[in-house]
Amino acid sequence: MTARPTAAPVIHVRGLEKSYKALQVLRGVDFDVARGSIFALLGSNGAGKTTAVKILSTLLKADAGTASINGFDVATQAADVRETISLTGQFAAVDEILSGRENLVLVAKLRHLANPGRIADELLDRFSLTDAAARRVATYSGGMRRRLDIAMSLVGDPPVIFLDEPTTGLDPQGRIEVWQAVKELAARGTTVLLTTQYLDEAEQLADRIAILHEGRIIVNGTLDELKQLLPPAEVEYVEKQPTLEDVFLALVGADADATPRTTATSARTSSARTSEEGR
Amino acid sequence: MTKHFFGDTAVLLGRSLRHITRSADTIITTAIMPIAMMLLFVYVFGGAIDTGSDSYVQYLLPGILLITVASGISYTAFRLFLDMKGGIFERFQSMPIARSSVLWAHVVTSLVANLISLVVVVGVALLMGFRSTAGVPAWLAVAGILVLFTLALTWLAVIPGLTAKSVDGASAFSYPLIFLPFLSSAFVPTDTMPGPVRAFAEHQPVTSIVNAIRALFTEQPVGGDIWIALGWCVGLLVVAYVLATATYRRKIA
Repeated sequence: MTARPTAAPVIHVRGLEKSYKALQVLRGVDFDVARGSIFALLGSNGAGKTTAVKILSTLLKADAGTASINGFDVATQAADVRETISLTGQFAAVDEILSGRENLVLVAKLRHLANPGRIADELLDRFSLTDAAARRVATYSGGMRRRLDIAMSLVGDPPVIFLDEPTTGLDPQGRIEVWQAVKELAARGTTVLLTTQYLDEAEQLADRIAILHEGRIIVNGTLDELKQLLPPAEVEYVEKQPTLEDVFLALVGADADATPRTTATSARTSSARTSEEGR
Repeated sequence: MTKHFFGDTAVLLGRSLRHITRSADTIITTAIMPIAMMLLFVYVFGGAIDTGSDSYVQYLLPGILLITVASGISYTAFRLFLDMKGGIFERFQSMPIARSSVLWAHVVTSLVANLISLVVVVGVALLMGFRSTAGVPAWLAVAGILVLFTLALTWLAVIPGLTAKSVDGASAFSYPLIFLPFLSSAFVPTDTMPGPVRAFAEHQPVTSIVNAIRALFTEQPVGGDIWIALGWCVGLLVVAYVLATATYRRKIA
């Protein structure tokens, strides 16, 4: 697995191990993430997803193994890695006392960028937060907070973004808002590594999915490849009932934001076994 | 990395100063407890306490100033704790900024907040009849001692701020510091205390710092007290700084 000059993976992880005292969290994790793709690390609580993300974002040191981002080693070239990445952690890392705009300006200044105010305004616009820009973040809803959190990670256009359980704790609308934001990111060529415990989230967003179980990657492939692991789907006809999520979104007026309704519907259709979603 | 140290610290300092101006209640709470204590001791107990000085507020103020700082730094631990818990700390750590800036911004903020509280407390003392004939150099010396004392306790506060498991744990450490002045010459002269208590009172840092500030205010010779006071402040500052930065390095490693 030597780096090929043309298609070198932007994230390259080999034999990663990490223990907390006697508890072995990662027992040799290997994976690569291609440039501009969305890679989902799927696993139950305690599978080691957050630990892996913390090592890749230079917050933790691995006990063994190597990891590199854009060719920079996370252990020995941490400063270069930090120039390349952005982390959106499990808990929204926003400053509640500052306004949304001030949060973005703060990050732009800390990234030593020229014209922090303009960068902030552009991101506020892109994430539909312009109206709330001057309000304190403490008054934001969960979805808005998460959007601001992701917007803060995009300041300075880092080529690699880590999203650690970006939708945990969000209501269905907030979840759809975040999905939309992540899809847009990938469309712009940013490499996204996201962790999730929701299977439909990985199915919706990811180009490749790796399942982390008991500290190891047990499978790694595209959705279609993972589906091949089981016997081929039988075609059976099932009456499509609206799910509670469909009902909820219809009742609370997801039409305020046009996009969610369609996304929600397509999310449901794809889970009906009859339609094999083309990717 | 270090080339951005001052710039990054300034940006983060601007952030925490905004926190303070938007929650001015923390400064007021910090000042209210010592002011209440000052009112209680001057107008309730003070008449019965013989300190040998003309008015009790004259005698009491230096100790009250130290209590102000001791209660003020618990907010430093509190603010640092909130950053640690909230995830913004991890965001900063994953960004290309000078890593020590994160701590220094909190430390300088603590200094600014405590100085404001101290000015408020001195203002109330002046209304209560505190007078000093001391000139500018003596006031500057008092300010210098208080700055050193604040810095020393602030670095001490950084440790629970980084390691506490709960909000209560982060701020509870300051209670013993608030009570230390009671076992010193801050409220009553030590020579009325029984042997062992007196021995403790005369050899703990607060007594020498209080005596030095009191002497500066009343234009008495400061004698050896100021050196002992400076020794305590600088010693405590060095120890607290070393422990705090070691804790920080362990935390981010």
